[in-house]
Amino acid sequence: MNDKKAIEALKAAFPNTLPILAGFIVLGMGYGIYLRSSGLPVWYPTLTSIVVFGGSLEFLLVSMLLAPFQPISVFFLSLLVQARHIFYGLTLLKRYRGRGWKSIYLIYSMCDETFSVNCSTPVPPGIDEGWFMFFVSLLNQCYWILSVTAGSVLGGVLSQYSEGVEFVMTAMFCVIFIRAMEKKENRISGIIGVSATLLSLLVFGKSVFLIPSMVLILVFLFLFRKEIEKGRAPQ
Amino acid sequence: MTMFYQIVTILIAAVATLLTRFLPFIIFKGKKIPKALDYLGFALPASVFGMILVYALKDTVVLSYPFAIPEVLGLLVTTVVYLWKKNTLLSIASGTLFYMFLIQVVL
Repeated sequence: MNDKKAIEALKAAFPNTLPILAGFIVLGMGYGIYLRSSGLPVWYPTLTSIVVFGGSLEFLLVSMLLAPFQPISVFFLSLLVQARHIFYGLTLLKRYRGRGWKSIYLIYSMCDETFSVNCSTPVPPGIDEGWFMFFVSLLNQCYWILSVTAGSVLGGVLSQYSEGVEFVMTAMFCVIFIRAMEKKENRISGIIGVSATLLSLLVFGKSVFLIPSMVLILVFLFLFRKEIEKGRAPQ
Repeated sequence: MTMFYQIVTILIAAVATLLTRFLPFIIFKGKKIPKALDYLGFALPASVFGMILVYALKDTVVLSYPFAIPEVLGLLVTTVVYLWKKNTLLSIASGTLFYMFLIQVVL
């Protein structure tokens, strides 16, 4: 019974992860090649993608691994880069908790892509929500680990024809955003998200703008709470 | 840095990451979700999708060649195909292929 539930959920989850598969192959292989080319051991990319599993931080880690040992700054830089997970967790609090061991894996494997899919995709009727989100997360992490390992082991150059494939991620985030904006009740908060982030990017520059964006978004969401709550179906 | 310290460095990054992922769940473990947070659960997703979209575009070159043209047109194609066909994968594929065509062949 349980097995059948799981397989059905896997089948339903897989198509939703295809854009991520395409994007991760390119980004992941790129990361593996990059880390190897800096002279670090061949198994490091696999290790970081299992224990850290976060693209931007893994790229940053390469330069930290080549610098002198500086535990405190590594810790705080990692917190800063990954702080957006706190936001994702707050958003998915209700849906991710109370699922036993699956909750642990869901929380541990959170990343931008998995968050976007799990948060925006309605689970098809008859499919178990916990298993569905679990397989989205698991497939995405497997894509990343395998691509990173392949890049590190094979090295070499990515085919010249693949230049620009990484845009698949941006396109996916774009569609997810449009899908949210199609619903009237999301419009104000969507506009807040884009404008607060753009504003903070312009003011603070691209290396540190995410934290101020998140603060700004929270401020605006509470300023416009009345207007936004109006569109919400009564609970 | 010796391999030992490199692995410690990786583990520190991992612990910091796990902290950001588990913190909200640890704080609210077994507790009823406060009203304000329940509101955020409703209002945040659309904001965060917008934030991630801008974040994905942060390295776009706007003020010099190619003036963000590939990104703007790539997203335009994605959007138009999505609104036209309502098919997520098709619109992502069209936008991406068009973007690749622009940077490899045209620009």
